[in-house]
Amino acid sequence: MIPQKFEYTAPDSLKSVLQLLETGAKPLAGGMSLIPMMKLRLATPEHLVDLGKLKELNYIRESGNAVHIGAMSTHFDIETSPVLLRKCPLLAETAADIGDLQVRNRGTIGGSAAHADPSADYPAALQALEARFVLIGADRERTVSGAEFFADAFTTALEPGEIVREVIVPIEEPGTGVAYEKVVQPASGFAIVGIAVRIRRSAGKITFARIGVTGLSNHAYRATAAEAALAGKSGSAADVQSAAALVTQGADANSDLHASADYRKHLAVVHAARAIATALSRSA
Amino acid sequence: MATTIAEIQKEKQVGKRLRRREDPRLITGTATYVDDIQMEGMQYAAILRSPHAAAKIRSIDTKLAEKAPGVIAVYTGKDTEKVGAVPCGASLPGLRVPHHNILAVNRVYFVGHPVAVVVAQNRYLAQDAADLIEVDYEPTAAVAEPEKALASGAPAVHPEWPDNVAFTYHQDGGDVDKAFAQAEVIIKQRITSQRLIPMAMETRGVVAEFRAADRQLNLYTSTQIPHLVRTLVASMLSLDENRVRVITPEVGGGFGSKLNVYAEEALMGFLAQKTGKPVKWIESRRENFLCTIHGRGHVDYYELAAKRDGTILGIKLKIIQDVGSYLQLLTAAIPTLSVLMMPGIYNIPSIRADIVGVFTNCMPTDAYRGAGRPEATHGIERMVDILADELNIDPAEIRLKNFVANDKFPYATATGLMYDSGNYAAPLKKALDMVHYKKLRQEQAEARKQGKWLGIGISTYGEICAIGPSPATPAGGWESATVKVEPSGKVTIMTGACPHGQGEETTFAQIAADELGVSVDDVLVVWGDTAVVQYGIGTFGSRGTAIGGTAVYYALQDLKEKIRKFGAVLLEDDDVALADGKVTSKKTGQSKSVPEIAAAAYRAMKLPPNTEPGLVSTHFWEPPNFTFPFGTHIVVTEIDGETGDIKIRRYVAVDDCGNQINPLIVAGQVHGGVAQGLGQSLWEQAVYDDSGQLLTGELTDYAVPRAHMMPWIEAEHTTTPSPVNPLGVKGVGEAGTIGCSPAVVNSVVDALSPLGVRHIDMPLTPEKIWKLLRKGA
Repeated sequence: MIPQKFEYTAPDSLKSVLQLLETGAKPLAGGMSLIPMMKLRLATPEHLVDLGKLKELNYIRESGNAVHIGAMSTHFDIETSPVLLRKCPLLAETAADIGDLQVRNRGTIGGSAAHADPSADYPAALQALEARFVLIGADRERTVSGAEFFADAFTTALEPGEIVREVIVPIEEPGTGVAYEKVVQPASGFAIVGIAVRIRRSAGKITFARIGVTGLSNHAYRATAAEAALAGKSGSAADVQSAAALVTQGADANSDLHASADYRKHLAVVHAARAIATALSRSA
Repeated sequence: MATTIAEIQKEKQVGKRLRRREDPRLITGTATYVDDIQMEGMQYAAILRSPHAAAKIRSIDTKLAEKAPGVIAVYTGKDTEKVGAVPCGASLPGLRVPHHNILAVNRVYFVGHPVAVVVAQNRYLAQDAADLIEVDYEPTAAVAEPEKALASGAPAVHPEWPDNVAFTYHQDGGDVDKAFAQAEVIIKQRITSQRLIPMAMETRGVVAEFRAADRQLNLYTSTQIPHLVRTLVASMLSLDENRVRVITPEVGGGFGSKLNVYAEEALMGFLAQKTGKPVKWIESRRENFLCTIHGRGHVDYYELAAKRDGTILGIKLKIIQDVGSYLQLLTAAIPTLSVLMMPGIYNIPSIRADIVGVFTNCMPTDAYRGAGRPEATHGIERMVDILADELNIDPAEIRLKNFVANDKFPYATATGLMYDSGNYAAPLKKALDMVHYKKLRQEQAEARKQGKWLGIGISTYGEICAIGPSPATPAGGWESATVKVEPSGKVTIMTGACPHGQGEETTFAQIAADELGVSVDDVLVVWGDTAVVQYGIGTFGSRGTAIGGTAVYYALQDLKEKIRKFGAVLLEDDDVALADGKVTSKKTGQSKSVPEIAAAAYRAMKLPPNTEPGLVSTHFWEPPNFTFPFGTHIVVTEIDGETGDIKIRRYVAVDDCGNQINPLIVAGQVHGGVAQGLGQSLWEQAVYDDSGQLLTGELTDYAVPRAHMMPWIEAEHTTTPSPVNPLGVKGVGEAGTIGCSPAVVNSVVDALSPLGVRHIDMPLTPEKIWKLLRKGA
């Protein structure tokens, strides 16, 4: 558990960080995934740039109809943020389910998103929230959607030299019910599957549904078929079941030591139904 | 009524729930472990290990590593060939013992097999240089499962033994053929006990320091058996035993995994000698997964003969023991413990057991908390449940029917043991009361009508502790103690046992405090340094208090006699009594305290007749028998019919470990044991793929239970003292692990019994349960 030799820099300005990234240095956020890989020598970066001193990436603030979350906000920051708890509770609820307290104190939303572990918790919520990702490099800044950002397992839209600057999530309209349901892999605490749901009703009919799925396949996705199946429905038990049954549609389920593809798909359906039911019960 | 100070002082310490005296330093992080030891000029070792489960070594090129920055030396198997083999301590007729070099010579036999070692100025440089060693391997076919290894045409783990059989063992008791001929019902079941990784929080570690002028090797190692390590490592390195000093600082968990002598212990001694400077090696977690012994690894084939009224007549058992690639210290002995305990606590007159130990290209198996008894208990407790189901008898009833009756003790088992004492129905009845058994069964019937899955699992376990009488062990089964009353009256106990979490620093002090009438705080308990403590055996097999504590007790009896003699001289009265920390003249009522007498015993102005100065006594206590604790665990589970998730609604443990020196420590041992039992029942499994790669080689894949995964454990007890030792204690370190797994599996099988489910192998993953639910639905 001894990493290879590496250079370490911890600049206090984003500009210096981005300049160092141009030279091939690798960014270090909370280190919850990168450091263990370095200890096993599975990752051997020559130069680490620690983003930990960047105060300019550590914020959670409301602006217009969105909440802007600096990439270096920790899971604990997000779990306990008064703004998020009131305005975007799905993200706070999801953050509270990540790892353990130590991990939540160190790990960051930017680091987690950039790592793109297919079993990570956030991506389910970020997909359901239709979050936008602001990516920044030395000479460019761009904003991408979740569908663009989460490209594949451990693969994102980030180009070399870029980091996530902030994640933008919407302020929920009043009456929106949200829920995150997770099947925990008992060794790692990651999600075997995780389902994030946002739902609104008007005059007894579902007018809005967003469902994000993580853990099932190589990257988190929005279960659009299931969302469509809910539209206009009253949200009866039968409505919930038939929508949940569509949650795995089009997804290529993974199989590993902890769950076969069949079981993963089954869990996704069961927990989608539970998450939808919970979200409905929380909606106006 | 107010308690007076005098009454408090007279209060017995044995039996009190004293907090452990060792805990403050452990909790505050101020204890000293091997990795905390720093020495001038310390060097660090990194070990290059095989990435293949089976391969020939064509060549090893160490040139680049030797030239790497900070490197002092690089050695391969060719350099260490003269070091003696890693010892196999078990002896069975026909046992095939592969020569176990400390570094691989021509072949590697498992992933993690040490191949070369680098000594450098620090751990980083050592690891960097190890990465530069080039080994030319010729991979060969591997086999990682014992039943596959036994199949014809399987790759040979050791080419000289193509059948992969390490040993066979046979034991017959009673008349098993007659039992099966008379049987009205015969139950057959294959039951596995999966390979587990012991996972001590502190990995192994060694610091070796060789003082050439004194020809003295000081070896700091995280072990349960410092004296045995001294004897065996001295022999491996051809050093004089009395010039090897083994020091065991704090040990952060052993569970049997440090009841061994490992290649690295001798290797560090070798390196310290070669380089003339101290060398430290701390095992990484990855190495701990790959290269510290594993536990269990059984495939058991059970046959049970019974009458239709539920009376059990006999058992046949075939154990296929996954040995792994080598025989570590006790590898071959562990499954023989399963045979000894195969009848459980039932009156089963006839048994037949056959073990086949099988080589595989995996890490060797050896003792892990329970060591052979969890496997046996799991087997018999599962079989009894299957029989109950077959005969439609309540599982509690069938147990009561077959228990060894209270008037049969001492009871000779068909496996050759003599159970010391027992009242098997008592904990069962207490546990049944605690769960309101009848009501619970009614609730279960109701739940089933509503399509809910509720299970009640009973395990009435027995185990064998205080291991053990010397004839039953490879290296002596006694334990030693020296007790000294110092001139100031303070008491020092030096125990040959090597406690590493069992709490003897507290319990031995409780025993001494009562015997001498001193305060617990006046007693120091010392262990783990072979230059300080007389030869001892160590802590394993739930023996520390039952044997080590008894040695302390007898040493204290000597001292009490001597204290009385000195007191009589000081008080000028032959008729004196020792009580409450003072010797009192019956004639005058005058008294002298233990400190006053101790001072006089060392000052030696006036000696009693035929009495030496000083107050020191050493005892080596040989137990006349094992002890046999028992108990009942009941687990109530609820199963999520959609997902297969298992929720433990209640965990009731009623253990009988004889007299309890400290009930708080007993409860702690039960809790810890149950945690590890639940680990095996529900989550843990060492998985090797067909090529011998360990797939569960990280904590992200091997699911050790965490605090938040634990149910509330309702720990209660009954008390049936052991007649084997004067303390009446039996041992409790492994009881939780042994009692747990059958209770959990019986509970889940009970829940699913409407589907016709009869047995499920551990771990009971939700996916396994879901598949059964889906098949049944």
